Amino acid sequence: MSATSSAGAPTARTSAPSEGHGRRRTLRLAGRTGQYAGLLCYLVFLAFPLVWLVSTSFKSPQELGRIDPTWLPRHPTLENFRAAFEAQPLARSALNSLIVAGGATLVSVALAVPAAYALVRHRSRVSTAANGWVLVSQMFPFVLVIIPLFLVLKNLHLVNSLGGLIIVYVVWNLPFSLWMLQGYVKAVPVSLEEAAAVDGASRPRILRSVVLPLLAPGLVATLMFSFVTAWNEFFFALVLLKSPETQTMSVILTRFLGDEGVADLGPLAAASVLATIPSLLFFALLQRRLASGMLAGAVKG
Amino acid sequence: MSTASPASLGDETTGALPAARSGGRGGRGTPPPRTPAARKRLLGLDHGAWFLLLPALLPILVLSVGPLLYAISLSFTDAQFGRTVETDFIGATNFADLRLDSLFWDSFRIGLVWAVAVTALQLVLALGLALLLNQNLRFRWLARTLALVPWAMPEVVVGIMWRLVYHQDAGILNKTLRQLGLIGENVDWLTNLSLALPAVILVGVWAGMPQTTVVLLAGLQNVPHELTEAAQLDGAGVWRRFTSVTWPALKPVAVAMTALNFIWNFNSFGLVYVLTQGGPGGQTRLPMLFAYEEAFTYGQFGYAAAMGVVMIAVVAVFLTVFLRKRLKEDAI
Repeated sequence: MSATSSAGAPTARTSAPSEGHGRRRTLRLAGRTGQYAGLLCYLVFLAFPLVWLVSTSFKSPQELGRIDPTWLPRHPTLENFRAAFEAQPLARSALNSLIVAGGATLVSVALAVPAAYALVRHRSRVSTAANGWVLVSQMFPFVLVIIPLFLVLKNLHLVNSLGGLIIVYVVWNLPFSLWMLQGYVKAVPVSLEEAAAVDGASRPRILRSVVLPLLAPGLVATLMFSFVTAWNEFFFALVLLKSPETQTMSVILTRFLGDEGVADLGPLAAASVLATIPSLLFFALLQRRLASGMLAGAVKG
Repeated sequence: MSTASPASLGDETTGALPAARSGGRGGRGTPPPRTPAARKRLLGLDHGAWFLLLPALLPILVLSVGPLLYAISLSFTDAQFGRTVETDFIGATNFADLRLDSLFWDSFRIGLVWAVAVTALQLVLALGLALLLNQNLRFRWLARTLALVPWAMPEVVVGIMWRLVYHQDAGILNKTLRQLGLIGENVDWLTNLSLALPAVILVGVWAGMPQTTVVLLAGLQNVPHELTEAAQLDGAGVWRRFTSVTWPALKPVAVAMTALNFIWNFNSFGLVYVLTQGGPGGQTRLPMLFAYEEAFTYGQFGYAAAMGVVMIAVVAVFLTVFLRKRLKEDAI
């Protein structure tokens, strides 16, 4: 029965068992081929812009000026990377990005950890409201976040400063960190804490010796995730940082584009490749935890 | 809990765990707590929780709730950038002006086309890729690795990269299409009035698909294998297995991810800012780009805040319509 229904053709019903078996194998082979063809399409779609970016970053100016571009550079050169550092304060902007992303990550996660713990362990109307707020805040468009903060930061003379941007990133990152961390806190069995309490461990002791070690992997994942989001962020940095000395990498990159989009393609590509490397490294370390973290926050039944 | 929750970090289990089990471990003479209240008291969570909650929630109140409520209140004022005069409360004037602002509505229409198209394509393509990656295929590690890259990349870099791909003379897309004989002469993708929006949507899909894939794949791996096998033994074909076993289990994840994707896409800014700056002729001016110009080019803070509020309203309406069906299903 299974052979006929999967083969689908009426002739299969009358044919000998061996023939039906062969037919099924052909079908399975066709299915496999189809799957590989599909996978190949996806690989090409995902990879070709990346290949092109990296290839462009190694091409000489002469080659970039050619009418007929080639997939790979004929004479690979590091010239573009040198030119990129000369054209814009790239090293400075990398440092700025590091300070802002690092600072914002530490502050927002430090604030989110106790809150996440309290919200999970102390279920009440407060925690429902707080979680509702986390969801609602995700719907706020950036422009609505930045206008009030801009006004506040202007009064504090923190516009065009890294400190101001750190504050903005904390505001923006906090709900998401809280969301992600709650998933990890839930995974820590409350029975372990109870066992420690019965054994007479004090509250801080429980948090330090029971909860924190179990929470560590999730904590690291949250730290890295919020670092990468802050490192990659563009809109807030564009609005707040106006002088090249304070600008982060995302903003500096757009300066390569120049007016009217007349860009020096080689250095532009080279700088883009450089700006991607830190995020890529973190993501490589993070990859196993990404989906579970998102799911823990997104779908909790 | 009809949903097969993929995140099996269920609070249900921890909450309902028989306390005896925990007591058995550490209890020497001390009886294990039996009621939720007793357990809370044991952990010092009954009244002590306020000490834990307040310092934690205070920053959220000050840093998140405060600014966002302030933003909404600004939409009812004539706040302007760099103005020294006091800001006045002007009621719903901003919203009345918005209603007549045809540029805003154009931008809004484009924003909806963009968000719906990108979200739908993301879901379909990501589902296809996730199903393939869930098979035992060679090279799937390569696809998995590649799928992470767009997610990790700064959106500015994604935009720059696609500008290089779409470049009229030096771009690889024109060259490839010319070689394949699909186009006669080079197309300027990003400044063509009718091609710019589709071209930008493709970039949006490329940038957002991997994240959806990773989440859907995690969901797929939680679909019980026995169920699929049982269906196969019962003679269910590939399609039948997908519709009656895989999809129902995957649906909660897919719905949640789609809702999030829609919100993110509707509020998207950086990609299109880098690709086209909203051009040509406003054909790709998403609402966020419009509001950004209004606020930081023309300094109309109050008006821009009103736009932001309207954007929230649209997203909220969309989500209600989209999720209502789902919530009803859950209730049954």
